[in-house]
Amino acid sequence: MQLTAEQQQILDGAKGETLAKVMKTMVMYGDAFEAEKLVPITSQYNHLVTSFGLKVMSPVYDLMQQILDAGVTSGQKFSVDPRPIDKNVPANFLQNIVFNKLMYSKQDFYEDQLKKLGLMDDDAFTCTCYMDEVGNKPKKGDVLSWAESSAVVYANSVLGARCNRNSGIIDIMGSIVGYVPYFGLLTDEGRKATWIVKIETTEKPEAQLLGSAIGMKVMEDVPYVVGLDKWIGSELNDEACTYLKDFGAATASNGAVGLYHIENLTPEAREQGRSLICEGAREYVIDDAELERVKANYPVVWKNADAVPKLCFMGCPHMSLQQLKDWTDKIEAALKEYGNKKVVIPTVFTAAPKILEQFGKTEYAARLKNCGVITSYICPLMYMNNPLCKKMPVITSSNKLRTYTSARYYTDDEILKAITKGGKQ
Amino acid sequence: MKKFKGRIVTPGTVTADAVVTKDGFNTLASMQMALQFGDKAVKCGDQNNPYLHGKPLAGKALCLPQTIGSTTGGLVLYCACAMKTYPACMLFANHIDSLAAAGAVLADVWVDGVTMPVIDCLGDEFLDYVKDGMKITVETDGTVTVE
Repeated sequence: MQLTAEQQQILDGAKGETLAKVMKTMVMYGDAFEAEKLVPITSQYNHLVTSFGLKVMSPVYDLMQQILDAGVTSGQKFSVDPRPIDKNVPANFLQNIVFNKLMYSKQDFYEDQLKKLGLMDDDAFTCTCYMDEVGNKPKKGDVLSWAESSAVVYANSVLGARCNRNSGIIDIMGSIVGYVPYFGLLTDEGRKATWIVKIETTEKPEAQLLGSAIGMKVMEDVPYVVGLDKWIGSELNDEACTYLKDFGAATASNGAVGLYHIENLTPEAREQGRSLICEGAREYVIDDAELERVKANYPVVWKNADAVPKLCFMGCPHMSLQQLKDWTDKIEAALKEYGNKKVVIPTVFTAAPKILEQFGKTEYAARLKNCGVITSYICPLMYMNNPLCKKMPVITSSNKLRTYTSARYYTDDEILKAITKGGKQ
Repeated sequence: MKKFKGRIVTPGTVTADAVVTKDGFNTLASMQMALQFGDKAVKCGDQNNPYLHGKPLAGKALCLPQTIGSTTGGLVLYCACAMKTYPACMLFANHIDSLAAAGAVLADVWVDGVTMPVIDCLGDEFLDYVKDGMKITVETDGTVTVE
């Protein structure tokens, strides 16, 4: 890798041993991909994936402390993924002990480290940092050092920013040195599609199911999706962006997609069209039967497959303001239809603190609360990542949550019916 | 016995028994719960991976196409190395992905006393040939012997 004089000096220790190790990490990371150079980060803010004070992650906090002790901080302010615990979310006595004493006992310590390193503000905890209400929305062409798979794929695909699927720790190290290695999704060549995905369904495909199918098929490749604009339009409005948020999170978690192009919709597809597709690209046709096949093959890991759900999580990734409003309308109508006053399964909707703040100013907030739905800022995934929740029958329409936990996936319509009517799913 | 030549991501020599996945290795789903609750064998917790689910990973030669899933993957791998409960080596059929590369590099630069050879670009033939329990030897030049 060719380094500038300044980069070489940092690597040689001119600014201290710790900064030299950070630079060495970034150089070795780039070398693994034959990157020829480091390029400056141009976004205003960074976004980190590591938001949780998990006791098991002590090596991470030790590393952060080394950095802080050396007087090194991030060159950018940053947002970070959601907090893992919230007392508003239902948890029994044992779960509370496990969460607070065993798992997340380092939470306060780690949040203090984040503040010292450059956290944007106390509410900057969400996986959907790119929403207008949150304020960490990169511009087209910006070079990022983000992690968080769902945010990276959104920034690349919907906003046209440039970011590799960086791991936690690498994200902050990019901000510290101010550079990232130039490879993969930062390059024009790396943004070309090696798959053509043809949507041939008879109705609008469920975002999280479609994303899952594509992620499992293309893995880390870049898909060019044809025929989806028929269902979600050719304008990046709030509804389309929300769809793509959920779709992208599923492609990234069920596979390893960091960028997708939607014909006639996403910025690069609109500008460059099918010239984005590599010669010899493979083809994947998705029809109703294929989506049904994918859904039917999800493993059922509940101890009792016929158990009555004890909890429903919605909002992985975090819900948008419009999603919260739309679900309020849908739940009210469904409750009325089924003759119930409140949801029959404890239900938690998760969103960014700043989205919840805005939602709280609308008349929808009281209506949703009257329906019995709890709103929270937490990460459902972090809530469920423990052996106690493994036995707990939780339902969700998040394919990301399904992938990492024992939660079972249902479509939005199935979830709506389950939480408002009840009975066997 | 068969020899394969790959590209060295992090160097080292080791001999260990193989555990093999033909599906992408989801590092968070596979390792987090085991690390969190002190499973020294690090039995794979990924319910979506029929090749590895329930099998021990620590001290094994992990043979895989690539890693997938959450971008915490690299730091989970880094933590496994720092806690001395890591695979003996990681052998990729494909080019290494950004998450696994991050984990390998972080361990190499920031953890003392850990040698986890990581070799990539071993090819599809490697994954077709290697089976669970086969003896794997990794040499300093990136040669992987399977027997």
